[in-house]
Amino acid sequence: MAELSDTLLLVAAVIYVAAMLGYLVEFAFGTRGAVARVAMRPARELVAVGAPAGGGAFGVDIVSPVQPDRPERGGEATPGPGRTGVAGAIGVALTAVGLAVHVAVLVTRGMAAGRVPWGNMYEFVVTLTAVFALGWLVLLATRPSLRPLGVFVTGAQALLLGFAGLVLTTPAAPLMPALQSVWLKIHVSAAAAASGLLLLAFVPAALYLIRTGYDARSGPAADESAGDEAPAPTAVRFPYSLGRALPAADSLERLAFRLHAFAFPIWTLAIICGAIWAESAWGRYWGWDPKETWSFISWVAYAAYLHARATPSVKRTTATWFAVAAWLTMLINLYVINFVAVGLHSYAGLD
Amino acid sequence: MRSVRAFWRWLTSMRTALVLLLVLAIAAVPGSIFPQRAVSREAVEKYIDEHPDLAPLLDRLWAFDVYASPWFSAVYLLLFISLVGCLVPRLRQHLANLVKPPPDAPARLERLPHSTTREVGQGPTEAAQTIRLALRRSQWRTALRSHADGTVTVAAEKGYLKETGNLLFHFALLSLLVGLAWGAWYGWHGNRLVVAGEEFCNTLQQYDEYSLGARTSGDRLPPFCVTLHDFQAEFLDTGQPARYVADVSYVEDLGEAPRSWTLQVNHPLRLSGANVYLIGHGYAPVLRYTDQYGQVFTTTVPFLPVDGMLTSEGVAKFPYANVPPGQTSTDPPAQLGLTGVYQPTANPEPGVPASIFPAERDPVLTLTAWQGDLGLGSGAPQSVYALDQRQIALGRLTQVGTETLRPGESWTLPDGSTVEFLGTRPWITVSVRHDPGQGLMLFGAGAVLVGLMVSLSGKRRRVWARIRPADDGGSLITLGGLARTEYPGFADEFARVVAQVGGASPPEREPAGVSNAGVRERGASARPGVDEAKD
Repeated sequence: MAELSDTLLLVAAVIYVAAMLGYLVEFAFGTRGAVARVAMRPARELVAVGAPAGGGAFGVDIVSPVQPDRPERGGEATPGPGRTGVAGAIGVALTAVGLAVHVAVLVTRGMAAGRVPWGNMYEFVVTLTAVFALGWLVLLATRPSLRPLGVFVTGAQALLLGFAGLVLTTPAAPLMPALQSVWLKIHVSAAAAASGLLLLAFVPAALYLIRTGYDARSGPAADESAGDEAPAPTAVRFPYSLGRALPAADSLERLAFRLHAFAFPIWTLAIICGAIWAESAWGRYWGWDPKETWSFISWVAYAAYLHARATPSVKRTTATWFAVAAWLTMLINLYVINFVAVGLHSYAGLD
Repeated sequence: MRSVRAFWRWLTSMRTALVLLLVLAIAAVPGSIFPQRAVSREAVEKYIDEHPDLAPLLDRLWAFDVYASPWFSAVYLLLFISLVGCLVPRLRQHLANLVKPPPDAPARLERLPHSTTREVGQGPTEAAQTIRLALRRSQWRTALRSHADGTVTVAAEKGYLKETGNLLFHFALLSLLVGLAWGAWYGWHGNRLVVAGEEFCNTLQQYDEYSLGARTSGDRLPPFCVTLHDFQAEFLDTGQPARYVADVSYVEDLGEAPRSWTLQVNHPLRLSGANVYLIGHGYAPVLRYTDQYGQVFTTTVPFLPVDGMLTSEGVAKFPYANVPPGQTSTDPPAQLGLTGVYQPTANPEPGVPASIFPAERDPVLTLTAWQGDLGLGSGAPQSVYALDQRQIALGRLTQVGTETLRPGESWTLPDGSTVEFLGTRPWITVSVRHDPGQGLMLFGAGAVLVGLMVSLSGKRRRVWARIRPADDGGSLITLGGLARTEYPGFADEFARVVAQVGGASPPEREPAGVSNAGVRERGASARPGVDEAKD
């Protein structure tokens, strides 16, 4: 069963890579298609009289068009027909298949170990990425026009899973005494869910910065090119050139905020459960162990993002940089701290 | 005075709070880079030994006590002061808002993000009442105002819970600070090692290491005694621990019959006034030494594990050995010290003193005997886990032999005395802790979470209706809506409000037969009009 699980992980990673290729074809060559047309349509900023800045100006949401009755899902907002559109749709279908295999990895792993599959870093990353993929598909089901983001989602997915399978993998085994607690189920699942969702939130946040960079570099003319006239791709350099096929900056920014606002309480719950667990396992609810320290740092960083975004005088791009930095602290906590704590207990390499 | 006020304004501004949040996050980083005394004293000592040049400077900057350092405290205290300065006015404002009616409609409702116009057959007053009733039924807080020019306005607001959650979240954070301080002042903890069969009671003298809160005195610790009867550890074939079980019994009041408890890693012994946690475990070899005069000394020495397979090291000291009967000392002393490496499962490869499994499958004790002056009389404190290296360097303590023993085996030293390895007993380390702030922390953390969810999911929004009398005795209604926070669903909600108002969009300057479209009429037909009117 454990071997089956390991094999399935490989299968899932390969499927995600294939999905990424599908998205990529659409992303790279489908810019004249419907996706691009939807994506390129300029934001119509409505100035709300008396509305506090940061309040919703609702006419601008291209991702979820205002008219509720408009047949968005089968209509023009859906990434369109044509060969590249098919590639994108294949990407979505493959993501779903990849997720199914991915879930099977976790199930077989749990059966092999005789417990919930949340006992070590490998299992944590596999769970986190499953939440990430699931979140992505749910998002896509409600907002089909987000499909250009699929390249980045599946790309990150393949990278994380590949790293997990090649480097982090450990044999399935029962839990160590310190992990034998009901809190494992609550704390680790909450932490994995929050991490997966914060990763999902990071995607539109980072792409928003790319898109605003693209908008600034391609000049005001880009806003007029709602039709087929996209600006010359050579005018804007990488990575901002990626912005051409992305949804409008505003809708990315708002999506990023809403995902963060959804994930942040889960992250808070994870930390609280961790503290309750730490009390019964180690005798203290908080001890500034490196893992605790970094989850605190991440929490503060995300709190700073949410505050920055709620502050009218802080630019949205500045606020979003906070979110990007906060995700960096999550990555440090997951990858750097785990390795330093396991491999170099004596804090070597610092002198 | 003015500078004080300016400072206060600066401190309580959102930008300052943001900067302080960032500084707090960055200030926490060094604590994960440098070893911390609060986490592991030994790691700090080791680091100081390894970095003799850098360490004193780092120590002066509190790099080994980051979270107790003045600069870290300054950051979070400033943040909390800033928070209070921001929260108190907001609380006052929010309480006022809860009492006050929603503000009157702005002059030009059609310029709001959501607006539309409707014609109904009712007169302004009735129409306003109907709208107000409909809004109230959907839990809006409403206010109806009649104006001198004959128009009536209905103001409605919803989503007060958002600010309530926001305030709850931030006040709960303050309660966490209080809980933390409470625990630091009135809490205490002690750690000690207990060998199976041993009893310890809750007094400071009985702890190997302890720390008392600033407002706690050590003579008022709750009285209880704990006895360790047995400890069992189970391991997987890989050596990974699978189960630790310590059988203990405890007495909380003198004269009470002992009660038993199974102490496990996630199963602490919770007594009134303190909790006992299982922290670590190891082996304590039992050694019997018969000196050259026939005196017998038996000692149980806890050996400290040095690796995951429980290869353990320790020292046995016999300062009263080899003294002829009737004398109290000899010159030079012939005290005995034994340093040892214990392998619960001996490495089959000779010369590699590293256990290959943490359970006792093939236990082997390698002892080195040292004879001479152990240096205990000098008054200088000595580790119970090591011999005094100075005595060895000075030649006062010399090595007399090395031997590998299995349980039950004995070893005769050159002077005819014998060392016998009788076996081992398990030991555990326990942490005994009392943190009176814990309850408040838990409660505060729950409130933080609830406040956060309410605050992040709440949506503050307002809807206004301005009703003007129409020529035909009916009314012309202008509706406007404004979501004050991120709320993509507001368009739908506004459309529902409009549908409840009913009526029809007035045709351009053509008062056709719409007056019969009563307020009661509802229908989806009103919906598509909403957005058309907005653009």
